[in-house]
Amino acid sequence: MFTYYLQLGLRSLRRNPILTALMVIGIGLGIAASMTTLTVMHLMGSDPIPWKSDKLHYVQLDNWSADDGYYDNGRPPDQVTYRDAVALMEAAKADKQAAMFKLSLPIQPENKELKPFRALGRVTYADFFGMFEPSFKYGGPWSRDQDVGHERVVVLGKEMNEKLFGGQDSSGRTVRMDDIDYTIVGVLDDWKLRSRYYDLTNGAFADPDEFFMPFSTAIDLKQRSSGNNSCWKSPGDGWDAYLDSDCVWIQMWVQLDSPTRLAEYKSFLDNYVTEQKKLGRFPRPLNNRLLDVNQWMEDQEVVSRDVQVQTGLAFAFLVVCLVNTVGLLLAKFTRKSGEIGLRRALGASRRDVFSQFLIESGVVGLSGGLLGLALTGLGLLAVRALYSEYKTVAHLDWTMTAVTIALAIVSAVLAGLYPTWRACRVQPAAQLKI
Amino acid sequence: MGNRETEKLVPCFPPHSIFRSARIGETVKAAPKPVSNPFPIPYSRTQAMEIRPILSALMRSKVSMILIGVQVALTLAIVCNALFIIGQRLDHMARPSGMNEADTFHFGSSGFGQGFDAMAMIREDLAILRQMPGVASATTSNSVPMSQGGWSTGISLQPKQKTSTADSAIYIVDDKGLDTFGSKLVAGRDFKPEEIVDAKFGDSLRPAVIIVTQALADKLFPDGDALGKSVYLQEDPPTSTIIGIVERTQQPWMSSSTVENSTFVPAYMPYGNSSRYLVRTEPGRRDEVMKAVEQKLSESNTSRIIGSVRSMEETRAEAYSGDRAMAIILGVVIFSLLAITALGIVGMASFWVAQRTRQIGTRRALGASRKDILRYFQTENFIITTLGLIVGGVLAYALSLWMMMSYQSPRLPWYYVPIGFLCLWTLGQLAVLGPAMRASRVSPAVATRSV
Repeated sequence: MFTYYLQLGLRSLRRNPILTALMVIGIGLGIAASMTTLTVMHLMGSDPIPWKSDKLHYVQLDNWSADDGYYDNGRPPDQVTYRDAVALMEAAKADKQAAMFKLSLPIQPENKELKPFRALGRVTYADFFGMFEPSFKYGGPWSRDQDVGHERVVVLGKEMNEKLFGGQDSSGRTVRMDDIDYTIVGVLDDWKLRSRYYDLTNGAFADPDEFFMPFSTAIDLKQRSSGNNSCWKSPGDGWDAYLDSDCVWIQMWVQLDSPTRLAEYKSFLDNYVTEQKKLGRFPRPLNNRLLDVNQWMEDQEVVSRDVQVQTGLAFAFLVVCLVNTVGLLLAKFTRKSGEIGLRRALGASRRDVFSQFLIESGVVGLSGGLLGLALTGLGLLAVRALYSEYKTVAHLDWTMTAVTIALAIVSAVLAGLYPTWRACRVQPAAQLKI
Repeated sequence: MGNRETEKLVPCFPPHSIFRSARIGETVKAAPKPVSNPFPIPYSRTQAMEIRPILSALMRSKVSMILIGVQVALTLAIVCNALFIIGQRLDHMARPSGMNEADTFHFGSSGFGQGFDAMAMIREDLAILRQMPGVASATTSNSVPMSQGGWSTGISLQPKQKTSTADSAIYIVDDKGLDTFGSKLVAGRDFKPEEIVDAKFGDSLRPAVIIVTQALADKLFPDGDALGKSVYLQEDPPTSTIIGIVERTQQPWMSSSTVENSTFVPAYMPYGNSSRYLVRTEPGRRDEVMKAVEQKLSESNTSRIIGSVRSMEETRAEAYSGDRAMAIILGVVIFSLLAITALGIVGMASFWVAQRTRQIGTRRALGASRKDILRYFQTENFIITTLGLIVGGVLAYALSLWMMMSYQSPRLPWYYVPIGFLCLWTLGQLAVLGPAMRASRVSPAVATRSV
């Protein structure tokens, strides 16, 4: 029976090609608009490290001026000072901890055919790799001892290794950066992060880091961060004064494996700040925060307001498209009252008529969904062209493809339900007695 | 069975149901209500008299009417708010930077190693740049407008002031700075070559003289007497004297609420081994000079990298790419929405016309002119659209209120909704025109044909 109804449905759709096209295009456009924006929003805000996002916490301490908060609403600064970062690293009270900052360095390739170029990387501690879990293609991370020893070692990103060494195992070799030779200890494999969630201050959708080097080494070489730096009072002259200042420019992450550890770390931080207050620092009330990955992403509005507004409007557009389809299907089914009456008079039950017309609207929905899927692909292409930085989040994955098709069918069936219900209430007598 | 659909399948209704649209599944009433007037449409040319029968016909097809009305309402609400957002973005993008953007570009230089002499490099580079053909003016600057990265500092009128009087972007330039930026002096004077000092990055900024923008001068000294006044860039003395005021120079950050608060500081100050240059070329020679500069400076010293060579036009495009994308996306949504709504009206109107072909024929046979038929469908559309628009107007303000609360966006100005009314009325009338014309061409003979 299903095949027969399907045939009937297809034949009926072919009979009014313009009306059918209108309905299919309507659903297709509505689905495409909502799925394009939903995909971007979903991928932007999705948990980047679901298996441990509740264990990784971002440390915020309020060392700002007594007169003026960092934010008007009293949120603590987004980053920490050098002295606090180092103090927390040395205390080592968390299960794992990594302070970090962004650094841009000139790279001088051994291969003289390559021109020197600037690369953006990350200065951090050995624990970084255990906390954020990038996989290594060659070699591995540097050790905590190498952190302590201020060693000149580096981990390269996959692309940098392709560029400098043609993708070969370069561990053990050296790379010259800013006139200093660093020993390569490891090369990362593909590390596709949708958002660079460990440094939201310097752009969630910035290009991936191309190298990683020990914090202590970079500080030895007096490398200033290439990222955001904020001070509430003048740091004074020179490098040592800067390190000693209340300027914030370092991101600090800790891994706390259980709620108990989290509570312990929280009280450790409170004690730390209380101690610092005795030294005349931290003039503001105690305001430490330990947000986890998802809370921090929400706090920093990784999913931009523009994307939220676009998604909202796109779904409203889908509603308009559906209302449109309801109207058109209603019109179409109404014109078939005679046919329905005939079928009913010949013995078709309401149930039969219902399934026949539901299949017809299902076919419209499926075609609309397929069109919508194709248009969603185009829409995401357009988003990538419009927002160059969203290239990691404007892609259809299997989940979103499935959601698209499901949404299309559900929409079309919903849109078809009322007209179908109306159709199967046709009285055979009313249509036949002419 | 029942596969051959033609006009003949249009259900035929008893005469009393002239101009009511059929409802599927309507149970047939045992005894039709007595009809006082079998021809409810008075054949007068005045529209006012046509409205009642149209309304009564509409009330018999509530669902279709509601569907079109809902569509119109949602369309109005979305279009008004989306247009408002687009308007805001376009205003944002139209703000002038204060520069001659067409002929200006900037680039960075970064040297290698601890022994690199960045200060000497700046002097050498500027000497080369200023001699190159096509270069009208060149300066070094830590940042440029719209580049989204720079230095901002609070400026105070008193030492150790608790909160600074104004926040300002800092541009560290030399005596050719104003000329290259294209900033017009409206009061005071430019920097003199002897006022440009050598400074190390990380040293406190305490210039003896500064030049500020008009916006900053007004903020610091609302009485308009900023010229010659002294201000604090740090908590402690020495102070900096305002020696000049320029008309306008934007900050590097486009989302700043004080985007025209900028200060020029006379100094050569490399950032580590890096420095940035701004070059204004003779009109129309920018692209050629950009290439020549990159080549020449790369050759002049091989222990550094010349990079991120960007014209101000590219810089502007990058700075506003988000606003541009938002405007384009919302524009596409508005266009699709209007198209869908218009097509929906065409579809429903065509259906109604087909549904009532016989009734139209009857009316024509009874003396109604083509114009009457045309006007009937136009009036019907006008009534439905207006009802939808009234609901839509309320929805538009509700949506605006929600966006104000959730996203701190400004209130929708009142005139968007009336303009939206006009647009959707026009759209509705245009959409219904085709089907209505078709209806008006229905021959009176249709009425006499039997099924």
